[in-house]
Amino acid sequence: MPPARTFSLFVVLFGAWLLLSGHWDPFLLGCGAVSAALVAALARRMGAIDGEGHPIQLAWRFPAYLPWLVWRIALANLAVVRAILSPVAALDPAAGWVDANQKTTAGLVAFANSITLTPGTVSLTALPGRIHVHALARGELEELKEGEMNGRVCAMEGRR
Amino acid sequence: MSAALDIASWVLLVGGALLMTIGALGLIRLPDFFTRLHAAGVVDTGGAGLLLLGMALQTGFDLVTVKLVLIGLVLALTAPTASHAVAHSALLGGLSPDDPSANRAGDGRDEAPD
Amino acid sequence: MFTVASLLVVAAMATTLVRAVRGPTPYDRILAVNVHGTMTVLLIALGGFLTDRPDFLDLSLVYALLNFVGTLAALRFFRHGHLGEEP
Repeated sequence: MPPARTFSLFVVLFGAWLLLSGHWDPFLLGCGAVSAALVAALARRMGAIDGEGHPIQLAWRFPAYLPWLVWRIALANLAVVRAILSPVAALDPAAGWVDANQKTTAGLVAFANSITLTPGTVSLTALPGRIHVHALARGELEELKEGEMNGRVCAMEGRR
Repeated sequence: MSAALDIASWVLLVGGALLMTIGALGLIRLPDFFTRLHAAGVVDTGGAGLLLLGMALQTGFDLVTVKLVLIGLVLALTAPTASHAVAHSALLGGLSPDDPSANRAGDGRDEAPD
Repeated sequence: MFTVASLLVVAAMATTLVRAVRGPTPYDRILAVNVHGTMTVLLIALGGFLTDRPDFLDLSLVYALLNFVGTLAALRFFRHGHLGEEP
Protein backbone atom coordinates (compact mmCIF):
# COMPACT_ATOMS: atom_id res chain seq x y z
CA MET A 1 0.00 0.00 0.00
CA PRO A 2 2.42 2.70 -1.13
CA PRO A 3 1.36 6.33 -0.59
CA ALA A 4 1.92 7.02 -4.29
CA ARG A 5 -1.01 4.73 -5.15
CA THR A 6 -3.25 6.47 -2.58
CA PHE A 7 -2.28 9.82 -4.11
CA SER A 8 -3.09 8.59 -7.63
CA LEU A 9 -6.52 7.42 -6.38
CA PHE A 10 -7.05 10.93 -4.96
CA VAL A 11 -6.10 12.49 -8.30
CA VAL A 12 -8.50 10.19 -10.21
CA LEU A 13 -11.37 10.88 -7.78
CA PHE A 14 -10.81 14.65 -7.81
CA GLY A 15 -10.58 14.60 -11.60
CA ALA A 16 -13.92 12.77 -11.76
CA TRP A 17 -15.44 15.41 -9.42
CA LEU A 18 -14.17 18.26 -11.63
CA LEU A 19 -15.43 16.71 -14.87
CA LEU A 20 -18.85 15.77 -13.49
CA SER A 21 -19.59 19.03 -11.64
CA GLY A 22 -18.31 21.60 -14.13
CA HIS A 23 -18.39 24.29 -11.40
CA TRP A 24 -15.16 26.09 -10.61
CA ASP A 25 -15.91 28.29 -7.54
CA PRO A 26 -13.59 27.80 -4.54
CA PHE A 27 -16.28 26.40 -2.20
CA LEU A 28 -17.25 23.52 -4.50
CA LEU A 29 -13.61 22.83 -5.41
CA GLY A 30 -12.89 22.62 -1.66
CA CYS A 31 -15.82 20.21 -1.15
CA GLY A 32 -14.46 18.07 -3.98
CA ALA A 33 -10.93 18.00 -2.56
CA VAL A 34 -12.23 17.09 0.93
CA SER A 35 -14.52 14.34 -0.46
CA ALA A 36 -11.78 12.84 -2.64
CA ALA A 37 -9.28 12.93 0.24
CA LEU A 38 -11.82 11.33 2.61
CA VAL A 39 -12.59 8.51 0.18
CA ALA A 40 -8.88 7.93 -0.54
CA ALA A 41 -8.14 7.83 3.23
CA LEU A 42 -11.03 5.41 3.89
CA ALA A 43 -9.96 3.15 1.01
CA ARG A 44 -6.40 3.15 2.38
CA ARG A 45 -7.68 2.28 5.88
CA MET A 46 -9.73 -0.59 4.38
CA GLY A 47 -6.60 -1.90 2.68
CA ALA A 48 -8.46 -1.70 -0.64
CA ILE A 49 -5.69 0.20 -2.44
CA ASP A 50 -3.35 -2.22 -4.18
CA GLY A 51 -2.64 -3.43 -7.69
CA GLU A 52 -6.09 -5.06 -7.69
CA GLY A 53 -8.26 -2.39 -6.05
CA HIS A 54 -6.79 0.55 -7.94
CA PRO A 55 -4.98 -0.94 -10.96
CA ILE A 56 -3.49 2.32 -12.19
CA GLN A 57 -0.40 0.43 -13.40
CA LEU A 58 -2.47 -0.89 -16.34
CA ALA A 59 -3.44 2.64 -17.38
CA TRP A 60 -0.06 3.55 -18.95
CA ARG A 61 -0.12 0.87 -21.63
CA PHE A 62 -3.93 0.77 -22.01
CA PRO A 63 -4.04 3.32 -24.88
CA ALA A 64 -1.82 1.00 -26.94
CA TYR A 65 -4.21 -1.93 -26.33
CA LEU A 66 -7.50 -0.04 -26.83
CA PRO A 67 -7.51 0.45 -30.66
CA TRP A 68 -6.88 -3.27 -31.24
CA LEU A 69 -9.66 -4.20 -28.77
CA VAL A 70 -12.13 -1.77 -30.41
CA TRP A 71 -11.29 -3.22 -33.84
CA ARG A 72 -11.84 -6.78 -32.57
CA ILE A 73 -15.15 -5.74 -30.93
CA ALA A 74 -16.33 -4.19 -34.22
CA LEU A 75 -15.51 -7.37 -36.19
CA ALA A 76 -17.10 -9.59 -33.54
CA ASN A 77 -20.27 -7.45 -33.54
CA LEU A 78 -20.69 -8.04 -37.27
CA ALA A 79 -20.14 -11.79 -36.83
CA VAL A 80 -22.72 -12.07 -34.02
CA VAL A 81 -25.28 -9.94 -35.89
CA ARG A 82 -24.88 -12.31 -38.84
CA ALA A 83 -25.34 -15.30 -36.50
CA ILE A 84 -28.50 -13.79 -34.96
CA LEU A 85 -30.06 -13.11 -38.36
CA SER A 86 -29.19 -16.52 -39.83
CA PRO A 87 -31.16 -19.72 -39.12
CA VAL A 88 -30.71 -21.17 -35.64
CA ALA A 89 -29.67 -24.56 -37.09
CA ALA A 90 -26.47 -22.98 -38.46
CA LEU A 91 -25.22 -22.22 -34.92
CA ASP A 92 -22.21 -24.13 -33.66
CA PRO A 93 -21.55 -23.00 -30.07
CA ALA A 94 -18.55 -24.39 -28.21
CA ALA A 95 -17.01 -24.16 -24.74
CA GLY A 96 -13.43 -24.78 -23.69
CA TRP A 97 -10.46 -23.67 -21.63
CA VAL A 98 -8.13 -20.92 -22.86
CA ASP A 99 -4.62 -20.30 -21.46
CA ALA A 100 -4.17 -17.07 -19.49
CA ASN A 101 -0.52 -16.20 -18.81
CA GLN A 102 -1.12 -13.00 -16.81
CA LYS A 103 0.94 -12.70 -13.62
CA THR A 104 -1.40 -10.47 -11.59
CA THR A 105 -5.09 -10.69 -10.69
CA ALA A 106 -5.71 -7.29 -12.33
CA GLY A 107 -4.20 -8.60 -15.57
CA LEU A 108 -6.33 -11.76 -15.44
CA VAL A 109 -9.47 -9.67 -14.87
CA ALA A 110 -8.50 -7.42 -17.79
CA PHE A 111 -8.16 -10.49 -20.03
CA ALA A 112 -11.43 -12.09 -18.85
CA ASN A 113 -13.28 -8.79 -19.30
CA SER A 114 -11.78 -8.34 -22.79
CA ILE A 115 -13.06 -11.81 -23.70
CA THR A 116 -16.56 -11.02 -22.40
CA LEU A 117 -16.56 -7.54 -23.96
CA THR A 118 -15.97 -9.10 -27.39
CA PRO A 119 -19.41 -10.32 -28.54
CA GLY A 120 -19.36 -13.99 -29.46
CA THR A 121 -17.13 -15.04 -26.57
CA VAL A 122 -18.00 -15.01 -22.85
CA SER A 123 -15.76 -16.01 -19.95
CA LEU A 124 -17.61 -18.44 -17.68
CA THR A 125 -14.92 -19.04 -15.05
CA ALA A 126 -11.62 -17.21 -14.56
CA LEU A 127 -8.85 -19.05 -12.71
CA PRO A 128 -5.15 -18.14 -12.49
CA GLY A 129 -3.62 -19.63 -15.63
CA ARG A 130 -6.78 -20.53 -17.52
CA ILE A 131 -10.23 -19.19 -18.42
CA HIS A 132 -13.34 -21.21 -19.27
CA VAL A 133 -14.82 -19.61 -22.41
CA HIS A 134 -18.13 -20.10 -24.20
CA ALA A 135 -18.15 -19.07 -27.87
CA LEU A 136 -21.05 -18.62 -30.27
CA ALA A 137 -18.91 -20.08 -33.09
CA ARG A 138 -16.25 -22.77 -32.77
CA GLY A 139 -13.84 -20.70 -34.87
CA GLU A 140 -13.83 -17.84 -32.38
CA LEU A 141 -12.85 -20.22 -29.56
CA GLU A 142 -10.00 -21.62 -31.69
CA GLU A 143 -8.86 -18.07 -32.43
CA LEU A 144 -8.76 -17.25 -28.71
CA LYS A 145 -6.77 -20.41 -28.04
CA GLU A 146 -4.10 -19.19 -30.47
CA GLY A 147 -3.45 -16.57 -27.81
CA GLU A 148 -3.08 -13.21 -29.58
CA MET A 149 -5.37 -11.42 -27.09
CA ASN A 150 -3.64 -13.25 -24.21
CA GLY A 151 -0.26 -11.98 -25.43
CA ARG A 152 -1.49 -8.41 -25.85
CA VAL A 153 -2.96 -8.28 -22.32
CA CYS A 154 0.35 -9.68 -20.99
CA ALA A 155 2.17 -6.91 -22.86
CA MET A 156 -0.16 -4.32 -21.27
CA GLU A 157 0.64 -5.82 -17.86
CA GLY A 158 4.34 -5.21 -18.52
CA ARG A 159 7.37 -7.29 -17.63
CA ARG A 160 8.22 -7.24 -13.95
CA MET B 1 -23.12 22.22 -36.59
CA SER B 2 -21.87 21.21 -40.03
CA ALA B 3 -23.89 18.97 -42.30
CA ALA B 4 -21.17 16.29 -42.41
CA LEU B 5 -21.29 15.89 -38.62
CA ASP B 6 -25.10 15.71 -38.77
CA ILE B 7 -25.02 12.94 -41.35
CA ALA B 8 -22.34 11.02 -39.43
CA SER B 9 -24.33 11.18 -36.19
CA TRP B 10 -27.53 10.16 -38.02
CA VAL B 11 -25.76 7.05 -39.29
CA LEU B 12 -24.22 6.26 -35.89
CA LEU B 13 -27.45 6.83 -33.92
CA VAL B 14 -29.65 4.78 -36.22
CA GLY B 15 -26.94 2.11 -36.55
CA GLY B 16 -26.57 1.87 -32.78
CA ALA B 17 -30.32 1.71 -32.22
CA LEU B 18 -30.61 -0.98 -34.92
CA LEU B 19 -27.83 -2.99 -33.24
CA MET B 20 -29.81 -2.76 -29.98
CA THR B 21 -32.93 -4.01 -31.73
CA ILE B 22 -30.97 -6.87 -33.33
CA GLY B 23 -29.44 -7.74 -29.96
CA ALA B 24 -32.92 -7.81 -28.39
CA LEU B 25 -34.09 -10.00 -31.30
CA GLY B 26 -31.18 -12.34 -30.61
CA LEU B 27 -32.22 -12.51 -26.97
CA ILE B 28 -35.55 -13.89 -28.21
CA ARG B 29 -34.36 -16.03 -31.14
CA LEU B 30 -31.25 -17.80 -29.87
CA PRO B 31 -32.01 -21.25 -28.49
CA ASP B 32 -30.42 -21.46 -25.05
CA PHE B 33 -29.05 -19.35 -22.21
CA PHE B 34 -25.35 -19.40 -23.16
CA THR B 35 -25.97 -18.31 -26.74
CA ARG B 36 -28.26 -15.52 -25.50
CA LEU B 37 -25.30 -14.13 -23.53
CA HIS B 38 -23.68 -13.18 -26.85
CA ALA B 39 -26.75 -11.20 -27.94
CA ALA B 40 -26.39 -9.23 -24.69
CA GLY B 41 -22.77 -8.55 -25.71
CA VAL B 42 -23.92 -6.90 -28.94
CA VAL B 43 -26.24 -4.55 -27.02
CA ASP B 44 -23.56 -3.67 -24.46
CA THR B 45 -20.71 -2.96 -26.92
CA GLY B 46 -21.94 -2.24 -30.44
CA GLY B 47 -25.30 -0.70 -29.61
CA ALA B 48 -24.19 1.42 -26.66
CA GLY B 49 -20.90 2.40 -28.32
CA LEU B 50 -22.43 3.64 -31.58
CA LEU B 51 -25.26 5.51 -29.79
CA LEU B 52 -22.81 7.27 -27.44
CA LEU B 53 -20.55 8.16 -30.39
CA GLY B 54 -23.52 9.53 -32.34
CA MET B 55 -24.60 11.65 -29.36
CA ALA B 56 -21.01 12.88 -28.82
CA LEU B 57 -20.97 14.28 -32.38
CA GLN B 58 -24.04 16.41 -31.55
CA THR B 59 -22.42 18.09 -28.52
CA GLY B 60 -20.16 21.11 -28.64
CA PHE B 61 -17.18 18.94 -27.54
CA ASP B 62 -17.28 20.26 -23.97
CA LEU B 63 -18.09 18.75 -20.56
CA VAL B 64 -21.16 17.02 -22.06
CA THR B 65 -18.86 15.04 -24.34
CA VAL B 66 -16.71 14.11 -21.35
CA LYS B 67 -19.82 12.81 -19.56
CA LEU B 68 -20.73 10.67 -22.57
CA VAL B 69 -17.19 9.25 -22.55
CA LEU B 70 -17.55 8.54 -18.81
CA ILE B 71 -20.86 6.71 -19.41
CA GLY B 72 -19.10 4.66 -22.07
CA LEU B 73 -16.25 3.89 -19.68
CA VAL B 74 -18.60 2.83 -16.87
CA LEU B 75 -20.59 0.62 -19.28
CA ALA B 76 -17.38 -0.90 -20.68
CA LEU B 77 -16.22 -1.80 -17.17
CA THR B 78 -19.51 -2.99 -15.66
CA ALA B 79 -21.26 -4.70 -18.61
CA PRO B 80 -18.73 -7.55 -19.07
CA THR B 81 -18.48 -7.99 -15.31
CA ALA B 82 -22.25 -8.34 -15.01
CA SER B 83 -22.37 -10.73 -17.99
CA HIS B 84 -19.60 -12.82 -16.43
CA ALA B 85 -21.42 -12.85 -13.08
CA VAL B 86 -24.66 -14.08 -14.70
CA ALA B 87 -22.79 -16.69 -16.77
CA HIS B 88 -20.78 -17.95 -13.80
CA SER B 89 -23.88 -18.18 -11.59
CA ALA B 90 -25.69 -20.09 -14.33
CA LEU B 91 -22.77 -22.54 -14.51
CA LEU B 92 -22.83 -22.98 -10.73
CA GLY B 93 -26.62 -23.24 -10.84
CA GLY B 94 -26.44 -26.33 -13.03
CA LEU B 95 -26.80 -25.05 -16.60
CA SER B 96 -24.35 -26.81 -18.90
CA PRO B 97 -22.78 -25.17 -21.97
CA ASP B 98 -22.14 -28.61 -23.49
CA ASP B 99 -25.75 -29.76 -23.29
CA PRO B 100 -28.00 -27.02 -24.69
CA SER B 101 -31.18 -29.04 -24.34
CA ALA B 102 -30.81 -29.02 -20.54
CA ASN B 103 -30.89 -25.21 -20.49
CA ARG B 104 -34.33 -24.83 -22.01
CA ALA B 105 -36.13 -26.22 -18.99
CA GLY B 106 -36.19 -24.78 -15.49
CA ASP B 107 -33.18 -25.58 -13.35
CA GLY B 108 -35.13 -27.52 -10.76
CA ARG B 109 -34.78 -24.92 -8.01
CA ASP B 110 -38.07 -23.27 -8.79
CA GLU B 111 -40.56 -24.10 -11.45
CA ALA B 112 -41.37 -21.27 -13.84
CA PRO B 113 -45.04 -20.32 -13.30
CA ASP B 114 -45.79 -20.24 -17.02
CA MET C 1 -32.91 11.82 -35.41
CA PHE C 2 -32.96 11.35 -31.65
CA THR C 3 -36.66 10.51 -31.94
CA VAL C 4 -36.00 7.71 -34.43
CA ALA C 5 -33.19 6.27 -32.30
CA SER C 6 -35.31 6.51 -29.12
CA LEU C 7 -38.24 4.73 -30.75
CA LEU C 8 -35.96 1.91 -31.92
CA VAL C 9 -34.47 1.58 -28.45
CA VAL C 10 -37.97 1.49 -26.90
CA ALA C 11 -38.91 -1.29 -29.35
CA ALA C 12 -35.76 -3.21 -28.35
CA MET C 13 -36.62 -2.74 -24.65
CA ALA C 14 -40.10 -4.16 -25.20
CA THR C 15 -38.51 -7.16 -26.92
CA THR C 16 -36.16 -7.88 -24.00
CA LEU C 17 -39.15 -7.82 -21.65
CA VAL C 18 -40.61 -10.77 -23.59
CA ARG C 19 -37.50 -12.80 -22.70
CA ALA C 20 -37.68 -11.60 -19.08
CA VAL C 21 -41.28 -12.84 -18.81
CA ARG C 22 -40.79 -16.11 -20.73
CA GLY C 23 -37.63 -17.20 -18.91
CA PRO C 24 -37.37 -20.19 -18.76
CA THR C 25 -34.46 -20.17 -16.29
CA PRO C 26 -34.01 -17.39 -13.71
CA TYR C 27 -30.64 -16.59 -15.33
CA ASP C 28 -32.39 -15.79 -18.62
CA ARG C 29 -34.62 -13.37 -16.75
CA ILE C 30 -31.73 -11.68 -14.93
CA LEU C 31 -29.78 -11.39 -18.20
CA ALA C 32 -32.81 -9.87 -19.94
CA VAL C 33 -33.31 -7.35 -17.13
CA ASN C 34 -29.60 -6.45 -17.23
CA VAL C 35 -29.80 -5.81 -20.98
CA HIS C 36 -33.01 -3.86 -20.44
CA GLY C 37 -31.10 -1.70 -17.93
CA THR C 38 -28.28 -1.02 -20.40
CA MET C 39 -30.89 0.12 -22.93
CA THR C 40 -32.50 2.33 -20.28
CA VAL C 41 -29.14 4.06 -19.71
CA LEU C 42 -28.96 4.92 -23.40
CA LEU C 43 -32.64 5.92 -23.53
CA ILE C 44 -32.17 8.37 -20.64
CA ALA C 45 -29.15 9.87 -22.43
CA LEU C 46 -31.16 10.15 -25.69
CA GLY C 47 -33.98 11.75 -23.69
CA GLY C 48 -31.52 14.39 -22.51
CA PHE C 49 -30.73 15.29 -26.11
CA LEU C 50 -34.41 15.15 -27.17
CA THR C 51 -35.43 17.70 -24.52
CA ASP C 52 -32.11 19.60 -24.73
CA ARG C 53 -31.30 19.03 -21.07
CA PRO C 54 -27.74 17.67 -20.69
CA ASP C 55 -28.34 17.11 -16.93
CA PHE C 56 -30.01 13.83 -17.95
CA LEU C 57 -26.53 12.44 -18.61
CA ASP C 58 -25.83 12.46 -14.85
CA LEU C 59 -28.99 10.41 -14.26
CA SER C 60 -27.87 8.08 -17.04
CA LEU C 61 -24.46 7.61 -15.37
CA VAL C 62 -26.07 6.85 -12.00
CA TYR C 63 -28.48 4.39 -13.66
CA ALA C 64 -25.52 2.57 -15.25
CA LEU C 65 -23.95 2.09 -11.80
CA LEU C 66 -27.28 1.09 -10.20
CA ASN C 67 -27.99 -1.40 -12.99
CA PHE C 68 -24.69 -3.16 -12.32
CA VAL C 69 -25.19 -3.32 -8.54
CA GLY C 70 -28.82 -4.38 -9.04
CA THR C 71 -27.84 -7.29 -11.30
CA LEU C 72 -25.27 -8.54 -8.79
CA ALA C 73 -27.76 -8.15 -5.93
CA ALA C 74 -30.45 -10.09 -7.83
CA LEU C 75 -27.97 -12.91 -8.59
CA ARG C 76 -26.77 -13.04 -5.00
CA PHE C 77 -30.32 -13.01 -3.64
CA PHE C 78 -31.36 -15.78 -5.99
CA ARG C 79 -28.38 -17.96 -5.05
CA HIS C 80 -28.28 -17.41 -1.30
CA GLY C 81 -31.83 -16.25 -0.50
CA HIS C 82 -30.48 -13.18 1.33
CA LEU C 83 -28.20 -10.23 0.54
CA GLY C 84 -25.65 -10.42 3.36
CA GLU C 85 -25.09 -12.43 6.52
CA GLU C 86 -27.59 -15.13 7.46
CA PRO C 87 -30.22 -13.39 9.62
